[in-house]
Amino acid sequence: MSKWTQVCELKSIFPATGVCALVEGKQVAVFRPSEESQVYAINNMDPFARANVLSRGLICQHQEQLWVASPLKKQRFNLLDGSCLENTEVNVEAYKARVTDGFVEVHL
Amino acid sequence: MNKQKLVIIGNGMVGHRFIEDFVDKADLDKFEITAFCEEPRVAYDRVHLSSYFSHHTADELSLVKEGFYAKHNIEVLIGERALTINRHEKVIHSQTGRAVYYDKLIMATGSYPWVPAIKGNESKDCFVYRTIEDLNAIEATARRSKKGVVVGGGLLGLEAAGALKALGVETHVIEFAPVLMAEQLDFQGGQMLRQKIESIGVNVHTGKNTQEIIASGETARNTMKFADGSQLEVDFIVFSTGIRPQDKLAKQCGLATARRGGITINNQCKTSDPDVYAIGECASWNEKFFGLVAPGYNMAKVVADDILCRENEFTGADMSAKLKLLGVDVGSIGDANGRTPNCKSYVYLDENSSTYKRIIVSEDGKSLLGAVLVGDTESYSNLLQYTLNDIELPKHPDSLILPEHAGCGDAGLGVDALPDSAQVCSCFDVKKSDIADAVSAGHSTIGAIKMETGAGTGCGGCIPLITQVLNAELTKQGVEVKNHICDHFEYSRQELFHLIRIEGIKTFTALLEKYGKGYGCEVCKPTVGSILASCWSDYVLSSDNNGLQDTNDIFLGNMQKDGTYSVIPRMAGGEVTPKGLAAVASVAEQYELYTKITGAQRIGLFGAHKSDLPDIWKQLIAAGFETGQAYAKALRMVKTCVGSTWCRFGVQDSVGLGVELENRYKGLRTPHKMKFGVSGCTRECAEAQGKDVGIIATDSGWNLYVCGNGGMKPQHAELLASDLDKQTLVKYLDRFMMFYVRTADKLTRTSVWLQNLSGGIDYLKEVIVDNKLGINKQLESDMADAIASYQCEWTATLSDQAQLQHFTHFINSDKQDDNVVFTPERGQKRPAFFDEKAPVYKIELEQV
Ligand SMILES: Cc1cc2nc3c(=O)[nH]c(=O)nc-3n(C[C@H](O)[C@H](O)[C@H](O)COP(=O)(O)OP(=O)(O)OC[C@H]3O[C@@H](n4cnc5c(N)ncnc54)[C@H](O)[C@@H]3O)c2cc1C
Ligand code: SF4
Ligand code: FES
Repeated sequence: MSKWTQVCELKSIFPATGVCALVEGKQVAVFRPSEESQVYAINNMDPFARANVLSRGLICQHQEQLWVASPLKKQRFNLLDGSCLENTEVNVEAYKARVTDGFVEVHL
Repeated sequence: MNKQKLVIIGNGMVGHRFIEDFVDKADLDKFEITAFCEEPRVAYDRVHLSSYFSHHTADELSLVKEGFYAKHNIEVLIGERALTINRHEKVIHSQTGRAVYYDKLIMATGSYPWVPAIKGNESKDCFVYRTIEDLNAIEATARRSKKGVVVGGGLLGLEAAGALKALGVETHVIEFAPVLMAEQLDFQGGQMLRQKIESIGVNVHTGKNTQEIIASGETARNTMKFADGSQLEVDFIVFSTGIRPQDKLAKQCGLATARRGGITINNQCKTSDPDVYAIGECASWNEKFFGLVAPGYNMAKVVADDILCRENEFTGADMSAKLKLLGVDVGSIGDANGRTPNCKSYVYLDENSSTYKRIIVSEDGKSLLGAVLVGDTESYSNLLQYTLNDIELPKHPDSLILPEHAGCGDAGLGVDALPDSAQVCSCFDVKKSDIADAVSAGHSTIGAIKMETGAGTGCGGCIPLITQVLNAELTKQGVEVKNHICDHFEYSRQELFHLIRIEGIKTFTALLEKYGKGYGCEVCKPTVGSILASCWSDYVLSSDNNGLQDTNDIFLGNMQKDGTYSVIPRMAGGEVTPKGLAAVASVAEQYELYTKITGAQRIGLFGAHKSDLPDIWKQLIAAGFETGQAYAKALRMVKTCVGSTWCRFGVQDSVGLGVELENRYKGLRTPHKMKFGVSGCTRECAEAQGKDVGIIATDSGWNLYVCGNGGMKPQHAELLASDLDKQTLVKYLDRFMMFYVRTADKLTRTSVWLQNLSGGIDYLKEVIVDNKLGINKQLESDMADAIASYQCEWTATLSDQAQLQHFTHFINSDKQDDNVVFTPERGQKRPAFFDEKAPVYKIELEQV
């Protein structure tokens, strides 16, 4: 059964940063690139280091798209589809995310 | 359909490269791949083997990405040696009794160190230098030894000697020939190298023929006896007397081998059996085998292509080399010994700076045949391109090796002169045209070129040349070449610094709007963050700017590989009270933190959960500590020796000065991290000359050295001023620090900054001491402002509720990250390896 899970208030994510949320036992990195209410969600695990750190990476723009650079070794993962810019064979799960009435929701 | 069975014997550098290349090119559903790996670990970077002594983890040397083999269903039989090959039945038996069948077999068994038949060479004090296991054994022995010797003064022998020196034993090198590196250097080049090596304390003995090693001695465990009657007492011996192709298996199964050893191959790297290939150091092509990795990599490519029915062939390899041996730059190209009939040489010798250069040119003076460079290899890649691409030499070939002051103009070969087919990166066989293509396709930075073409990602020696080609191509396309920090700002760090400062810009968004484009990235954001922090000090903590900072700067700790953080309180000058120690101990115990004295004379606590950081720091601050800024690009610490207060040699109070300076500059954000050192006398126990700022006491004051560096590229600091009183010293330092902050490029250590400063140390002296630019007042007052606005970032954070909220791991739960798991080691803990963790995590990952 798929459903939307409410994670936190939008305002508790500082613009241009991410947070980690626990959704159905999974660690989900949720990003808010700017003041706007656009949010993105991907799995929090850096597949290279196998550590749950992606929510703590810097959001960056390359090739007109938004990515997060892992805080460990700076590989970049696409916020929309979880693909990795450095290595096309690696990717992380990407999830749907939205803002409803000032709250961030994630759909696994 | 039946899968084709590929078997690779040997999982060394070349065997692994073959697999990587094959995985890239082939449809893996059609193949079943098995590799025999005799060593107890998968392929590692043998070329950088010596670096194992400095970081000590086999993981760092590994060439195999975690999970790579499993992901592609490749079976690697670790620790399993192939014992026999039956070519009739196409089956291999290993030492465990396993039988593996093949359709195509690739031999990549490398080579083995050859040790001359000297009596006594089987002693447990004798070693070779090829594998991680060899290095472990050498290190263990060196620890209980005073004197070590390397037999063999070739390239590898000198590298081994460097390792012995670094292990702290008295080091000797024995060479049979009359000169060092006889393969690559001519007599005079070898002499020069010898002088340089001796000057750093390695004892060189040439023309020595070792006859016997006797297991006794008066001052050491063994005595070496030489043919000329002399002898040398040493504790242990490392043989580096050449390598031989590992062709034993090939001989066993009846494959053709070459006279001088090696499995005979043709241009497709096929052996005498068309279903068996040989690649790397075990192969012999045209009666030659290649003791370098690049030719092996090319063979690997050829075989992958051949199996996939694509055309490619191996056509030999260039054996030129450029290296740094025991700190000495050495280069050798082509016919270095001038053996070509009727060739002519040009020689440049400078005994003052110990530089020797020789080029060997053809009889008609038109082509370059070879070169020897000792002490200065700047012209190496230039010269190499002349030989590789047979470019016609200039009218006066000596202009290629004469120093700039000789006034024959820039003899540098413009990259335009290189043909498109010129190989720019030999590790990955990347040609000039490949780079030009990548540039036309829109890849306009070194990073992008590396990613696109692979060039420069091996030994890295070709990066200067790639940069030249890149810039030339960009210029051709009408793009002006600048040191832009990234795609979002067409400015260098220095330009941005001035814009921010002069226009009073306080936020990233404002800067981006006015001078940038797009959203920003992981390069410009922290760079701008750091500039804002050095210009407007309150900046570091403001939470609106979190999005610019690396995680380390937000959570005020260094993130470790498992996502936990380090906690490092400041211990200025390395001083700590017993009470302070007790407070640190109690926190470490309570939060079960791994505890270690760091390289910076202070205590580091590792493995702290992000969510525990505020509590940990609350306790430390209550005990009188403050943040050590170990996470920031800032002054890290001032290393001091005990100085005149305690030491009988000391002439000044080095600890007192160190503490004062550390407190003066702490917190100031700099383009890269900075380290200081203060020694109480010329004995230099604080190793100050290896620091960004080094201060050494003299009878009448202090000598100030700047821009030294330890770490990856050690660099001696240079003397800026001598015999200063303390007040002047501090004044110069204020100026120096601010000048660096203002003018350095992003992530540039002071040593590199100085190298790039035209005019070098003399210019720096003019600026700092003689006020050449007239900016010293400004520099001093900027520094005074920065010092006045210092605050301990942890103290400030603890009182900021909004910031504290973000320390929990989950925004919506109080749980901690259950993937952070520890394993006990030596009485403390370390991050668990992946396979030591609970199985639930493995399942989780496979879905990802
Ligand atoms: C200290 C040092 C420094 C070096 N520096 C440089 C340098 O600066 N530049 C450069 O180009 N080269 C350098 N080299 C040489 C370079 O490392 C080699 O050229 C390269 O490793 C060759 O790769 P290979 O795969 O052919 O052999 P290897 O890397 O030796 O791999 C062969 C592997 O096969 C295994 N094997 C052998 N027989 C069997 C069997 N029967 N069954 C199972 N496994 C088997 C071996 O155990 C070994 O692991 C250096 C070498 C050393 C030791
Ligand atoms: S540098 Fe001089 S003063 Fe300092 S510890 Fe060494 S010998 Fe003593
Ligand atoms: S030549 Fe080694 S990486 Fe390019």
